[in-house]
Amino acid sequence: MSWLLVLIKSALLLFVVITTFAYAMLFERKIMGWMQLRPGPNRVGPWGLLQPAADAVKMLFKEDLTPSTADPLIYKLAPFISLVSAFGAYAIIPWSEPRPGDIWSIGNVNAGILFIFALTAIGVYGVSLGGWASGSKYPLLGSVRATAQMISYELAMTMSVIGVLIVAGTTSLAGIVHAQQRIWFVIPQLIGFAIYFVTAVAETNRAPFDLVEADAELVAGFHTEYSGLRFGLFFIAEYVNMLTVSCVATLLFFGGWNAPFGWTFIPGIVWFILKVLFFIFCYIWLRATMPRFRYDRLMAFGWKVLLPVATLNLIATAVVVAVKG
Amino acid sequence: MTLFWILGVLLVASAVFVISQRKPVYSVVGLLFHFAVLAVFFLTLNAEFLAVIQIVIYSGATLILFVFVIALLSSGVAPFSVGPNRMPKAAIPAGLIAFVALALVVYGILRAPLVNAPRAATTSIPGAVGAPNVFGSVADFGKALFTTHLLPFEMTAFILMVAVIGVVALAGETTPFVPSLRRARIIEREMREALLRGGEE
Repeated sequence: MSWLLVLIKSALLLFVVITTFAYAMLFERKIMGWMQLRPGPNRVGPWGLLQPAADAVKMLFKEDLTPSTADPLIYKLAPFISLVSAFGAYAIIPWSEPRPGDIWSIGNVNAGILFIFALTAIGVYGVSLGGWASGSKYPLLGSVRATAQMISYELAMTMSVIGVLIVAGTTSLAGIVHAQQRIWFVIPQLIGFAIYFVTAVAETNRAPFDLVEADAELVAGFHTEYSGLRFGLFFIAEYVNMLTVSCVATLLFFGGWNAPFGWTFIPGIVWFILKVLFFIFCYIWLRATMPRFRYDRLMAFGWKVLLPVATLNLIATAVVVAVKG
Repeated sequence: MTLFWILGVLLVASAVFVISQRKPVYSVVGLLFHFAVLAVFFLTLNAEFLAVIQIVIYSGATLILFVFVIALLSSGVAPFSVGPNRMPKAAIPAGLIAFVALALVVYGILRAPLVNAPRAATTSIPGAVGAPNVFGSVADFGKALFTTHLLPFEMTAFILMVAVIGVVALAGETTPFVPSLRRARIIEREMREALLRGGEE
Protein backbone atom coordinates (compact mmCIF):
# COMPACT_ATOMS: atom_id res chain seq x y z
CA MET A 1 0.00 0.00 0.00
CA SER A 2 2.91 2.33 0.71
CA TRP A 3 3.71 2.85 -2.97
CA LEU A 4 0.14 3.96 -3.54
CA LEU A 5 0.50 6.51 -0.75
CA VAL A 6 3.74 7.75 -2.34
CA LEU A 7 1.99 8.07 -5.68
CA ILE A 8 -0.92 10.03 -4.20
CA LYS A 9 1.42 12.29 -2.25
CA SER A 10 3.54 12.91 -5.36
CA ALA A 11 0.53 13.79 -7.51
CA LEU A 12 -0.82 16.10 -4.82
CA LEU A 13 2.54 17.77 -4.30
CA LEU A 14 3.06 18.22 -8.02
CA PHE A 15 -0.31 19.96 -8.24
CA VAL A 16 0.47 22.18 -5.23
CA VAL A 17 3.94 23.14 -6.49
CA ILE A 18 2.74 23.92 -10.02
CA THR A 19 -0.15 26.01 -8.72
CA THR A 20 2.22 27.82 -6.37
CA PHE A 21 4.53 28.47 -9.32
CA ALA A 22 1.68 29.91 -11.37
CA TYR A 23 0.53 32.24 -8.63
CA ALA A 24 4.05 33.14 -7.51
CA MET A 25 4.48 34.51 -11.01
CA LEU A 26 1.28 36.54 -10.78
CA PHE A 27 2.19 37.61 -7.23
CA GLU A 28 5.56 38.80 -8.50
CA ARG A 29 4.09 40.84 -11.33
CA LYS A 30 1.46 42.36 -9.03
CA ILE A 31 3.93 43.25 -6.27
CA MET A 32 6.43 44.68 -8.74
CA GLY A 33 3.63 46.66 -10.36
CA TRP A 34 2.57 48.17 -7.04
CA MET A 35 6.16 48.96 -6.12
CA GLN A 36 6.53 50.80 -9.41
CA LEU A 37 3.17 52.62 -9.04
CA ARG A 38 1.29 50.71 -11.74
CA PRO A 39 -1.57 48.21 -11.38
CA GLY A 40 0.14 45.07 -12.75
CA PRO A 41 -1.84 42.46 -14.71
CA ASN A 42 -5.56 43.11 -14.21
CA ARG A 43 -7.26 42.23 -17.51
CA VAL A 44 -7.73 38.45 -17.30
CA GLY A 45 -10.30 37.54 -14.69
CA PRO A 46 -10.96 39.48 -11.44
CA TRP A 47 -7.70 41.21 -10.27
CA GLY A 48 -5.89 39.36 -13.06
CA LEU A 49 -6.33 36.06 -11.24
CA LEU A 50 -6.66 34.04 -14.46
CA GLN A 51 -3.46 35.46 -15.91
CA PRO A 52 -1.40 32.28 -15.18
CA ALA A 53 -3.93 30.18 -17.10
CA ALA A 54 -3.76 32.56 -20.06
CA ASP A 55 0.05 32.42 -19.97
CA ALA A 56 0.03 28.65 -19.83
CA VAL A 57 -2.26 28.39 -22.86
CA LYS A 58 -0.10 30.86 -24.77
CA MET A 59 3.04 28.89 -23.89
CA LEU A 60 1.48 25.60 -24.99
CA PHE A 61 0.46 26.83 -28.42
CA LYS A 62 3.62 28.73 -29.30
CA GLU A 63 5.85 27.19 -31.92
CA ASP A 64 8.73 25.18 -30.53
CA LEU A 65 11.81 26.21 -32.53
CA THR A 66 15.14 24.42 -32.66
CA PRO A 67 17.94 26.48 -34.21
CA SER A 68 19.74 24.76 -37.09
CA THR A 69 23.07 25.22 -35.32
CA ALA A 70 21.81 23.58 -32.15
CA ASP A 71 22.77 20.14 -30.96
CA PRO A 72 19.26 18.65 -31.18
CA LEU A 73 19.54 15.95 -28.52
CA ILE A 74 21.11 18.02 -25.75
CA TYR A 75 19.02 21.05 -26.69
CA LYS A 76 15.93 18.98 -25.96
CA LEU A 77 17.36 17.29 -22.89
CA ALA A 78 18.47 20.42 -21.02
CA PRO A 79 15.05 21.79 -19.94
CA PHE A 80 14.13 18.38 -18.56
CA ILE A 81 17.28 18.22 -16.44
CA SER A 82 16.40 21.64 -15.01
CA LEU A 83 12.80 20.73 -14.27
CA VAL A 84 13.41 17.26 -12.83
CA SER A 85 16.12 18.47 -10.47
CA ALA A 86 13.91 21.38 -9.40
CA PHE A 87 10.95 19.13 -8.56
CA GLY A 88 13.09 16.39 -6.99
CA ALA A 89 13.67 18.42 -3.85
CA TYR A 90 9.98 18.19 -2.91
CA ALA A 91 10.36 14.47 -2.38
CA ILE A 92 11.89 15.14 1.01
CA ILE A 93 10.76 18.59 2.15
CA PRO A 94 8.61 18.08 5.25
CA TRP A 95 5.61 20.42 5.50
CA SER A 96 4.57 19.83 9.07
CA GLU A 97 5.17 17.89 12.27
CA PRO A 98 5.49 14.15 11.51
CA ARG A 99 3.07 11.94 13.41
CA PRO A 100 3.77 8.27 14.20
CA GLY A 101 3.42 6.29 10.98
CA ASP A 102 2.59 9.37 8.97
CA ILE A 103 5.01 11.93 7.58
CA TRP A 104 4.31 15.22 5.81
CA SER A 105 6.71 14.47 3.00
CA ILE A 106 7.08 11.78 0.38
CA GLY A 107 10.29 10.38 1.78
CA ASN A 108 12.24 10.88 4.99
CA VAL A 109 15.88 10.95 4.00
CA ASN A 110 18.50 10.86 6.71
CA ALA A 111 20.93 12.87 4.56
CA GLY A 112 18.06 15.35 3.86
CA ILE A 113 19.79 18.65 3.26
CA LEU A 114 22.65 16.99 1.37
CA PHE A 115 20.07 15.45 -0.96
CA ILE A 116 18.79 18.93 -1.77
CA PHE A 117 22.33 20.13 -2.46
CA ALA A 118 22.87 17.16 -4.76
CA LEU A 119 19.77 18.11 -6.76
CA THR A 120 20.83 21.76 -6.91
CA ALA A 121 24.16 20.55 -8.29
CA ILE A 122 22.37 18.62 -11.03
CA GLY A 123 20.21 21.66 -11.83
CA VAL A 124 23.28 23.57 -13.02
CA TYR A 125 23.55 21.16 -15.96
CA GLY A 126 20.19 22.22 -17.36
CA VAL A 127 21.37 25.81 -17.64
CA SER A 128 24.90 25.13 -18.83
CA LEU A 129 24.06 22.37 -21.32
CA GLY A 130 21.03 24.29 -22.59
CA GLY A 131 23.12 27.36 -23.30
CA TRP A 132 25.87 25.35 -24.92
CA ALA A 133 23.53 23.26 -27.07
CA SER A 134 21.72 26.29 -28.50
CA GLY A 135 24.72 26.83 -30.76
CA SER A 136 24.71 30.63 -30.70
CA LYS A 137 26.86 33.12 -28.89
CA TYR A 138 24.65 34.79 -26.30
CA PRO A 139 23.32 31.56 -24.82
CA LEU A 140 26.88 30.24 -24.69
CA LEU A 141 28.07 33.32 -22.78
CA GLY A 142 25.08 33.00 -20.48
CA SER A 143 25.76 29.35 -19.77
CA VAL A 144 29.47 29.90 -19.10
CA ARG A 145 28.50 32.64 -16.66
CA ALA A 146 25.89 30.39 -15.09
CA THR A 147 28.35 27.58 -14.52
CA ALA A 148 30.96 29.84 -12.97
CA GLN A 149 28.43 31.69 -10.83
CA MET A 150 26.55 28.66 -9.59
CA ILE A 151 29.61 26.63 -8.61
CA SER A 152 31.17 29.65 -6.89
CA TYR A 153 28.10 30.42 -4.83
CA GLU A 154 27.25 26.79 -4.15
CA LEU A 155 30.46 26.52 -2.16
CA ALA A 156 29.63 29.45 0.12
CA MET A 157 26.04 28.19 0.43
CA THR A 158 27.12 24.74 1.59
CA MET A 159 29.59 26.28 4.04
CA SER A 160 26.88 28.52 5.52
CA VAL A 161 24.55 25.58 6.03
CA ILE A 162 27.12 23.31 7.71
CA GLY A 163 27.01 25.69 10.71
CA VAL A 164 23.33 24.81 11.17
CA LEU A 165 24.09 21.11 10.82
CA ILE A 166 26.72 21.35 13.59
CA VAL A 167 24.33 23.14 15.95
CA ALA A 168 21.47 20.75 15.19
CA GLY A 169 23.67 17.64 15.14
CA THR A 170 21.72 16.04 12.29
CA THR A 171 21.35 16.32 8.51
CA SER A 172 17.70 15.24 8.47
CA LEU A 173 15.36 18.15 7.72
CA ALA A 174 12.75 17.07 10.27
CA GLY A 175 15.55 16.65 12.84
CA ILE A 176 16.82 20.17 12.19
CA VAL A 177 13.31 21.60 12.71
CA HIS A 178 12.97 19.64 15.96
CA ALA A 179 16.24 21.12 17.18
CA GLN A 180 14.72 24.61 16.76
CA GLN A 181 11.83 24.16 19.18
CA ARG A 182 13.52 26.37 21.78
CA ILE A 183 15.22 28.93 19.54
CA TRP A 184 15.19 29.48 15.79
CA PHE A 185 18.62 29.04 14.25
CA VAL A 186 18.42 32.45 12.63
CA ILE A 187 19.52 33.91 15.99
CA PRO A 188 22.64 31.82 16.78
CA GLN A 189 23.46 31.47 13.06
CA LEU A 190 22.69 35.00 11.90
CA ILE A 191 25.82 35.22 9.72
CA GLY A 192 25.09 31.80 8.27
CA PHE A 193 21.55 32.91 7.44
CA ALA A 194 22.73 36.12 5.79
CA ILE A 195 25.16 34.19 3.60
CA TYR A 196 22.57 31.54 2.83
CA PHE A 197 20.04 34.14 1.74
CA VAL A 198 22.48 35.95 -0.57
CA THR A 199 23.86 32.76 -2.10
CA ALA A 200 20.34 31.37 -2.54
CA VAL A 201 19.42 34.38 -4.68
CA ALA A 202 22.55 33.80 -6.75
CA GLU A 203 21.89 30.05 -7.02
CA THR A 204 18.43 30.60 -8.41
CA ASN A 205 19.75 33.22 -10.87
CA ARG A 206 17.33 35.86 -9.64
CA ALA A 207 17.93 39.61 -9.70
CA PRO A 208 20.28 41.18 -8.62
CA PHE A 209 22.32 38.09 -9.49
CA ASP A 210 20.65 37.32 -12.83
CA LEU A 211 23.87 37.74 -14.80
CA VAL A 212 23.02 34.45 -16.46
CA GLU A 213 20.17 36.02 -18.40
CA ALA A 214 21.14 39.69 -18.13
CA ASP A 215 18.79 41.06 -20.79
CA ALA A 216 20.79 44.25 -21.30
CA GLU A 217 23.91 42.35 -22.33
CA LEU A 218 22.92 38.83 -23.36
CA VAL A 219 19.41 39.16 -24.88
CA ALA A 220 18.01 36.47 -22.54
CA GLY A 221 21.14 34.52 -21.67
CA PHE A 222 21.05 30.76 -21.74
CA HIS A 223 17.40 30.48 -22.87
CA THR A 224 17.58 32.98 -25.74
CA GLU A 225 16.91 30.32 -28.38
CA TYR A 226 14.24 28.44 -26.44
CA SER A 227 10.59 29.04 -27.20
CA GLY A 228 7.20 27.60 -26.43
CA LEU A 229 6.93 24.84 -23.90
CA ARG A 230 10.68 24.22 -23.67
CA PHE A 231 11.18 27.79 -22.52
CA GLY A 232 8.24 27.20 -20.19
CA LEU A 233 10.08 24.32 -18.53
CA PHE A 234 13.08 26.54 -17.75
CA PHE A 235 10.69 29.20 -16.50
CA ILE A 236 8.90 26.76 -14.19
CA ALA A 237 12.25 25.44 -12.95
CA GLU A 238 13.39 28.93 -12.00
CA TYR A 239 10.30 29.62 -9.89
CA VAL A 240 10.25 26.15 -8.36
CA ASN A 241 13.89 26.61 -7.38
CA MET A 242 12.97 29.89 -5.75
CA LEU A 243 10.26 28.08 -3.82
CA THR A 244 12.73 25.35 -2.83
CA VAL A 245 15.34 27.70 -1.43
CA SER A 246 12.55 29.53 0.45
CA CYS A 247 11.43 26.21 1.95
CA VAL A 248 15.01 25.33 2.89
CA ALA A 249 15.57 28.76 4.48
CA THR A 250 12.38 28.25 6.50
CA LEU A 251 13.37 24.75 7.58
CA LEU A 252 16.98 25.54 8.45
CA PHE A 253 16.77 29.02 9.96
CA PHE A 254 13.17 29.98 10.72
CA GLY A 255 12.00 26.99 12.68
CA GLY A 256 10.03 25.24 9.92
CA TRP A 257 6.55 24.56 11.21
CA ASN A 258 7.32 25.70 14.78
CA ALA A 259 4.99 28.49 15.85
CA PRO A 260 6.50 31.79 17.05
CA PHE A 261 5.52 33.25 20.48
CA GLY A 262 3.91 29.94 21.38
CA TRP A 263 0.92 30.60 19.10
CA THR A 264 0.27 26.93 18.61
CA PHE A 265 -3.46 27.41 18.00
CA ILE A 266 -2.53 27.96 14.34
CA PRO A 267 -1.48 24.64 12.77
CA GLY A 268 2.15 24.06 11.83
CA ILE A 269 1.55 23.79 8.14
CA VAL A 270 0.02 27.28 8.07
CA TRP A 271 3.11 28.68 9.77
CA PHE A 272 5.30 26.88 7.28
CA ILE A 273 3.43 28.31 4.30
CA LEU A 274 3.41 31.82 5.78
CA LYS A 275 7.16 31.73 6.33
CA VAL A 276 7.79 30.45 2.80
CA LEU A 277 5.56 33.19 1.39
CA PHE A 278 7.52 35.76 3.35
CA PHE A 279 10.74 34.59 1.69
CA ILE A 280 9.17 34.64 -1.76
CA PHE A 281 8.03 38.20 -1.07
CA CYS A 282 11.62 39.10 -0.12
CA TYR A 283 12.85 37.73 -3.45
CA ILE A 284 10.35 39.82 -5.39
CA TRP A 285 11.18 42.84 -3.27
CA LEU A 286 14.88 42.40 -4.09
CA ARG A 287 14.15 42.08 -7.78
CA ALA A 288 12.04 45.22 -7.83
CA THR A 289 14.56 47.37 -5.97
CA MET A 290 18.12 46.19 -6.65
CA PRO A 291 20.16 46.91 -9.80
CA ARG A 292 22.12 44.04 -11.35
CA PHE A 293 25.66 43.24 -10.20
CA ARG A 294 28.63 43.67 -12.48
CA TYR A 295 30.10 40.30 -13.38
CA ASP A 296 33.63 40.77 -11.98
CA ARG A 297 32.18 42.18 -8.74
CA LEU A 298 29.87 39.20 -8.46
CA MET A 299 32.81 36.81 -8.63
CA ALA A 300 34.96 38.88 -6.28
CA PHE A 301 32.07 39.11 -3.80
CA GLY A 302 31.52 35.35 -3.89
CA TRP A 303 35.11 34.29 -3.48
CA LYS A 304 36.60 37.10 -1.42
CA VAL A 305 33.72 37.97 0.90
CA LEU A 306 31.07 35.25 1.16
CA LEU A 307 33.34 32.19 1.18
CA PRO A 308 35.85 33.46 3.82
CA VAL A 309 33.05 34.76 6.06
CA ALA A 310 31.16 31.47 5.72
CA THR A 311 34.32 29.53 6.59
CA LEU A 312 35.02 31.69 9.64
CA ASN A 313 31.40 31.30 10.74
CA LEU A 314 31.76 27.53 10.38
CA ILE A 315 34.98 27.45 12.43
CA ALA A 316 33.50 29.68 15.14
CA THR A 317 30.36 27.51 15.34
CA ALA A 318 32.43 24.34 15.54
CA VAL A 319 34.60 25.79 18.34
CA VAL A 320 31.57 26.97 20.36
CA VAL A 321 29.79 23.62 19.99
CA ALA A 322 32.97 21.72 20.90
CA VAL A 323 33.62 23.88 24.00
CA LYS A 324 30.02 23.63 25.22
CA GLY A 325 30.24 19.90 24.77
CA MET B 1 19.34 -9.17 -7.23
CA THR B 2 17.31 -8.18 -10.31
CA LEU B 3 18.01 -4.56 -9.45
CA PHE B 4 21.72 -5.34 -9.25
CA TRP B 5 21.76 -6.67 -12.79
CA ILE B 6 19.66 -3.85 -14.22
CA LEU B 7 21.88 -1.25 -12.60
CA GLY B 8 25.03 -3.14 -13.56
CA VAL B 9 24.05 -3.26 -17.21
CA LEU B 10 23.13 0.43 -17.15
CA LEU B 11 26.44 1.29 -15.48
CA VAL B 12 28.56 -0.58 -18.00
CA ALA B 13 26.49 0.65 -20.94
CA SER B 14 26.79 4.28 -19.86
CA ALA B 15 30.54 3.85 -19.27
CA VAL B 16 30.96 2.47 -22.79
CA PHE B 17 28.85 5.35 -24.10
CA VAL B 18 31.19 7.83 -22.39
CA ILE B 19 34.34 6.53 -24.08
CA SER B 20 32.76 5.78 -27.46
CA GLN B 21 31.30 9.22 -28.18
CA ARG B 22 33.10 11.55 -30.56
CA LYS B 23 31.52 14.70 -29.18
CA PRO B 24 32.89 15.59 -25.73
CA VAL B 25 29.53 16.94 -24.54
CA TYR B 26 27.86 13.59 -25.19
CA SER B 27 30.54 11.97 -23.07
CA VAL B 28 29.77 14.43 -20.29
CA VAL B 29 26.04 13.65 -20.43
CA GLY B 30 26.85 9.93 -20.43
CA LEU B 31 29.10 10.38 -17.41
CA LEU B 32 26.37 12.36 -15.65
CA PHE B 33 23.98 9.46 -16.17
CA HIS B 34 26.70 7.02 -15.07
CA PHE B 35 27.19 8.90 -11.79
CA ALA B 36 23.44 8.95 -11.18
CA VAL B 37 23.20 5.18 -11.67
CA LEU B 38 26.23 4.71 -9.43
CA ALA B 39 24.45 6.75 -6.73
CA VAL B 40 21.41 4.47 -7.00
CA PHE B 41 23.78 1.52 -6.73
CA PHE B 42 25.13 2.91 -3.47
CA LEU B 43 21.54 3.34 -2.25
CA THR B 44 20.83 -0.33 -2.86
CA LEU B 45 23.86 -1.07 -0.65
CA ASN B 46 22.42 1.17 2.10
CA ALA B 47 25.25 3.65 1.61
CA GLU B 48 22.99 6.68 1.60
CA PHE B 49 25.60 9.26 2.49
CA LEU B 50 27.99 7.95 -0.13
CA ALA B 51 25.25 8.13 -2.76
CA VAL B 52 24.49 11.77 -2.03
CA ILE B 53 28.14 12.76 -1.77
CA GLN B 54 28.81 10.98 -5.06
CA ILE B 55 26.36 13.33 -6.76
CA VAL B 56 27.45 16.46 -4.88
CA ILE B 57 31.19 15.98 -5.51
CA TYR B 58 31.44 14.25 -8.86
CA SER B 59 28.38 15.53 -10.68
CA GLY B 60 28.17 18.86 -8.91
CA ALA B 61 31.79 19.92 -8.82
CA THR B 62 34.05 17.80 -11.02
CA LEU B 63 31.88 17.12 -14.03
CA ILE B 64 30.52 20.65 -14.27
CA LEU B 65 34.09 21.85 -14.78
CA PHE B 66 34.29 19.53 -17.81
CA VAL B 67 31.21 21.25 -19.22
CA PHE B 68 32.77 24.59 -18.43
CA VAL B 69 36.00 23.75 -20.26
CA ILE B 70 34.13 22.30 -23.24
CA ALA B 71 31.94 25.39 -23.47
CA LEU B 72 34.96 27.67 -23.21
CA LEU B 73 36.96 25.82 -25.84
CA SER B 74 33.82 25.52 -27.96
CA SER B 75 35.23 22.21 -29.06
CA GLY B 76 31.96 20.43 -28.49
CA VAL B 77 31.48 20.32 -32.26
CA ALA B 78 34.31 17.92 -32.97
CA PRO B 79 37.13 16.35 -30.98
CA PHE B 80 40.52 17.94 -31.18
CA SER B 81 43.03 15.95 -33.14
CA VAL B 82 46.05 18.19 -32.86
CA GLY B 83 49.23 16.14 -33.18
CA PRO B 84 49.69 12.57 -34.37
CA ASN B 85 47.14 10.01 -33.22
CA ARG B 86 48.84 7.92 -30.55
CA MET B 87 45.85 5.68 -29.97
CA PRO B 88 46.86 2.53 -31.93
CA LYS B 89 50.28 2.31 -30.30
CA ALA B 90 49.04 3.03 -26.79
CA ALA B 91 45.96 0.81 -26.93
CA ILE B 92 47.57 -2.58 -26.29
CA PRO B 93 49.87 -1.64 -23.36
CA ALA B 94 47.11 0.47 -21.79
CA GLY B 95 44.65 -2.40 -22.14
CA LEU B 96 47.11 -4.81 -20.54
CA ILE B 97 47.79 -2.48 -17.62
CA ALA B 98 44.07 -1.89 -17.10
CA PHE B 99 43.42 -5.65 -17.18
CA VAL B 100 46.16 -6.33 -14.59
CA ALA B 101 44.85 -3.54 -12.36
CA LEU B 102 41.29 -4.88 -12.61
CA ALA B 103 42.47 -8.42 -11.85
CA LEU B 104 44.28 -7.14 -8.75
CA VAL B 105 41.14 -5.34 -7.58
CA VAL B 106 39.00 -8.46 -8.08
CA TYR B 107 41.60 -10.54 -6.26
CA GLY B 108 41.65 -8.04 -3.41
CA ILE B 109 37.86 -8.00 -3.12
CA LEU B 110 37.63 -11.79 -3.10
CA ARG B 111 40.15 -11.93 -0.26
CA ALA B 112 38.42 -9.21 1.77
CA PRO B 113 37.11 -10.45 5.12
CA LEU B 114 33.62 -9.04 4.56
CA VAL B 115 33.04 -11.11 1.43
CA ASN B 116 34.28 -14.37 2.94
CA ALA B 117 32.49 -13.92 6.25
CA PRO B 118 29.14 -15.67 6.60
CA ARG B 119 26.22 -13.35 5.99
CA ALA B 120 24.97 -13.15 9.55
CA ALA B 121 28.39 -12.13 10.84
CA THR B 122 28.38 -8.62 9.33
CA THR B 123 28.47 -6.07 12.12
CA SER B 124 25.45 -3.89 11.40
CA ILE B 125 22.06 -4.88 10.20
CA PRO B 126 21.19 -3.06 6.98
CA GLY B 127 18.05 -1.13 7.77
CA ALA B 128 15.74 0.98 5.70
CA VAL B 129 17.46 3.70 3.74
CA GLY B 130 16.87 6.98 5.51
CA ALA B 131 16.59 5.65 9.04
CA PRO B 132 19.16 7.10 11.43
CA ASN B 133 21.84 5.05 13.21
CA VAL B 134 21.89 2.20 10.73
CA PHE B 135 24.67 1.04 8.48
CA GLY B 136 25.55 3.69 5.91
CA SER B 137 23.82 6.61 7.62
CA VAL B 138 25.53 9.98 7.81
CA ALA B 139 26.48 9.64 11.49
CA ASP B 140 27.83 6.13 10.97
CA PHE B 141 29.85 7.19 7.97
CA GLY B 142 31.32 10.23 9.70
CA LYS B 143 32.26 8.25 12.79
CA ALA B 144 34.10 5.66 10.71
CA LEU B 145 35.84 8.34 8.70
CA PHE B 146 37.16 10.23 11.71
CA THR B 147 37.97 7.33 14.04
CA THR B 148 38.85 3.96 12.52
CA HIS B 149 39.71 5.26 9.04
CA LEU B 150 41.32 8.57 9.94
CA LEU B 151 44.77 7.77 8.49
CA PRO B 152 43.56 6.67 5.02
CA PHE B 153 41.23 9.68 4.97
CA GLU B 154 44.03 12.13 5.72
CA MET B 155 46.36 10.35 3.32
CA THR B 156 43.80 10.70 0.51
CA ALA B 157 43.46 14.39 1.24
CA PHE B 158 47.25 14.70 1.13
CA ILE B 159 47.53 12.84 -2.19
CA LEU B 160 44.81 15.02 -3.74
CA MET B 161 46.62 18.10 -2.50
CA VAL B 162 49.85 16.89 -4.12
CA ALA B 163 47.96 16.36 -7.38
CA VAL B 164 46.52 19.89 -7.27
CA ILE B 165 49.95 21.43 -6.58
CA GLY B 166 51.39 19.29 -9.38
CA VAL B 167 48.82 20.60 -11.84
CA VAL B 168 49.52 24.19 -10.85
CA ALA B 169 53.28 23.59 -11.14
CA LEU B 170 52.86 22.04 -14.58
CA ALA B 171 50.28 24.43 -16.00
CA GLY B 172 51.16 27.65 -14.24
CA GLU B 173 54.36 28.47 -16.12
CA THR B 174 55.92 31.81 -15.32
CA THR B 175 56.68 32.47 -18.97
CA PRO B 176 53.65 32.13 -21.23
CA PHE B 177 53.75 29.41 -23.87
CA VAL B 178 54.41 31.01 -27.25
CA PRO B 179 54.32 28.52 -30.15
CA SER B 180 56.56 29.12 -33.10
CA LEU B 181 54.83 30.77 -36.05
CA ARG B 182 54.88 27.54 -38.05
CA ARG B 183 53.47 25.51 -35.14
CA ALA B 184 50.77 28.11 -34.50
CA ARG B 185 49.66 27.95 -38.13
CA ILE B 186 49.47 24.16 -38.00
CA ILE B 187 47.37 24.26 -34.82
CA GLU B 188 45.07 26.88 -36.25
CA ARG B 189 44.53 24.95 -39.49
CA GLU B 190 43.85 21.72 -37.68
CA MET B 191 41.34 23.38 -35.37
CA ARG B 192 39.56 24.91 -38.35
CA GLU B 193 39.44 21.55 -40.12
CA ALA B 194 38.13 19.89 -36.98
CA LEU B 195 35.33 22.44 -36.77
CA LEU B 196 34.48 21.97 -40.44
CA ARG B 197 34.38 18.21 -40.07
CA GLY B 198 32.00 18.61 -37.17
CA GLY B 199 29.75 20.84 -39.23
CA GLU B 200 29.31 18.21 -41.93
CA GLU B 201 27.96 15.61 -39.59
